[in-house]
Amino acid sequence: MAEGQNFSLRIITPERVFYEGQVQMVEFNTTEGEIGVLARHIPMTVIVKPGILTITEEEGEKIAALHAGFAEILPDSITILAEIIEWPEEIDEHRAEAALERAQERIQSKHEETDLARAETALQRAMARIQVLR
Amino acid sequence: MASMRDIKRRKGSIQSTQQITKAMKLVSTVKLQRARAGAERSKAYFNCMFETVNSILSRVGHVEHKYLTPGECTKKAVIVITSNRGLAGGYNTNVTKLVTRNENWNKEDISVYAIGNKGREILQRYGYDIKEVLPEVIEDPTYADAMLLTQRLLKRFEEGEIGEIYLAYTAFKNTVSHVPTLLKLLPVEYDAEQVKEDAEDNTLMNFEPEDVEALDMIIPKYISSLIYGAMVDAVASENGARMQAMDNATNNAEEMIGNLSLMYNRARQGSITQELTEIIAGAEAIG
Repeated sequence: MAEGQNFSLRIITPERVFYEGQVQMVEFNTTEGEIGVLARHIPMTVIVKPGILTITEEEGEKIAALHAGFAEILPDSITILAEIIEWPEEIDEHRAEAALERAQERIQSKHEETDLARAETALQRAMARIQVLR
Repeated sequence: MASMRDIKRRKGSIQSTQQITKAMKLVSTVKLQRARAGAERSKAYFNCMFETVNSILSRVGHVEHKYLTPGECTKKAVIVITSNRGLAGGYNTNVTKLVTRNENWNKEDISVYAIGNKGREILQRYGYDIKEVLPEVIEDPTYADAMLLTQRLLKRFEEGEIGEIYLAYTAFKNTVSHVPTLLKLLPVEYDAEQVKEDAEDNTLMNFEPEDVEALDMIIPKYISSLIYGAMVDAVASENGARMQAMDNATNNAEEMIGNLSLMYNRARQGSITQELTEIIAGAEAIG
C-alpha cells in the first residue's frame, strides 16, 4: 500500500491552471465508475463524468465539482484536463437548484424533441454542484 | 499657395486625429497585454490536449472512425474569426482572404460561421452563405462558447450536412508577428510520422473506455480547445494589429504636422515680406 506517498496533481482548464500540488489521493467519477487514485497507479487515460472531485492533501481534503474533461494518470503524476470545474465557493446554489428542477422536468416530460442524453448530463451536473455544496 | 488660415485649420485637425490614434494605441497596448496573458494561460491546456490526442491516434493507428474520415458531402463549414471593429490595418481582410482567395473552394460549398462582425461584412459582400453570426463571442471568449459551437458543428457533420470543417483565424506569434492561418478541424488530420514516433513511447498507456470509444469523447473536446485557442489568439492578434496600425497612423500624423508647420511658417514669412514691400512702396510713393 502506498499509504502516505505523495504524487503530483495538476488540474488544467482552458482558462487557467486550476490546481497544482502534491497530494495523497484523488477521487473522481469516470465513465466507467468512480475511481480513487493513489501513487504508483498504472498509466491510464480516463474520461470524466460529472461528479465530485476529492483531493486528499497532507493537511486535509479539498473538494470541487468536476463536470467534464479527461484525466491522464501516470505512476508519479495525474493531469486532469477539465473543461468545467468549480470550487464550492464558485457555485451559485440557486442556479444549480433551478437547473436540477429543469433537468428533471425535461426527463419526466418525455417529449419527443427532448434530447435525453443532454438532459441527463445537465441533471448530473446540477446534482454534482449541489452535493459539493453540502 | 494655401492661405495661412487654411494651413492652420488643417494642422489643427491632424493634431486632434493624432491625439485619438495615440490614445487608441495605448488602449490596444493594454488590451494586448491582457489578451496575451490569457493566451499563454490556455497554452498549457492546449499542449496537453494535443499530446493526448496524438498518443491515442498513435495507438489506434488507421481506424475507420467518423471523425477521421471525410464526410461524403462536399459542403464545407468555415469558422472565420475576425474582430467587431475596424482600424486594425489589414487584420480582418487577411483572414477573409484565406477564404476568398482559396482556389480549391467553390463559393457555393462554403457555409460561414462568422465570429466577429467584420468578417461577416466582408464575406457577405462577396456573396458567401453566412450560416451563423456570433459577434459577441469575440469580445470576451469563453470556453463555453467554443464548446457550444463545436456541438452544433459536430451535429451537422454527423448528420451529413457538411463534410469538412475549417477554421480561419490569426495566430499570434509575438507582438509584431501575426499569421493568418487556415486550419482543418474535421476530419482530424495528423502527422503519421510523428504519430509513429510517439507510439513507441506510449505503449504502456491504458485507455478506459477503449481507444475508439475514447476518440468519440476526446475529439469533440480537442476541437473545442482548438476553437477556443484560436479565439484567444485572435483577440491578442487583433489588439496587436490595431496597436501597430495606430502607431503607424500616429507617426504619419507627426510627419504631416511637420510638413504643414514648415508650410505655415513659409506662408507667414511670405505675408510679412509682402506687407513690408507694400509699406516701403507706399512710403516711397508719398516721399
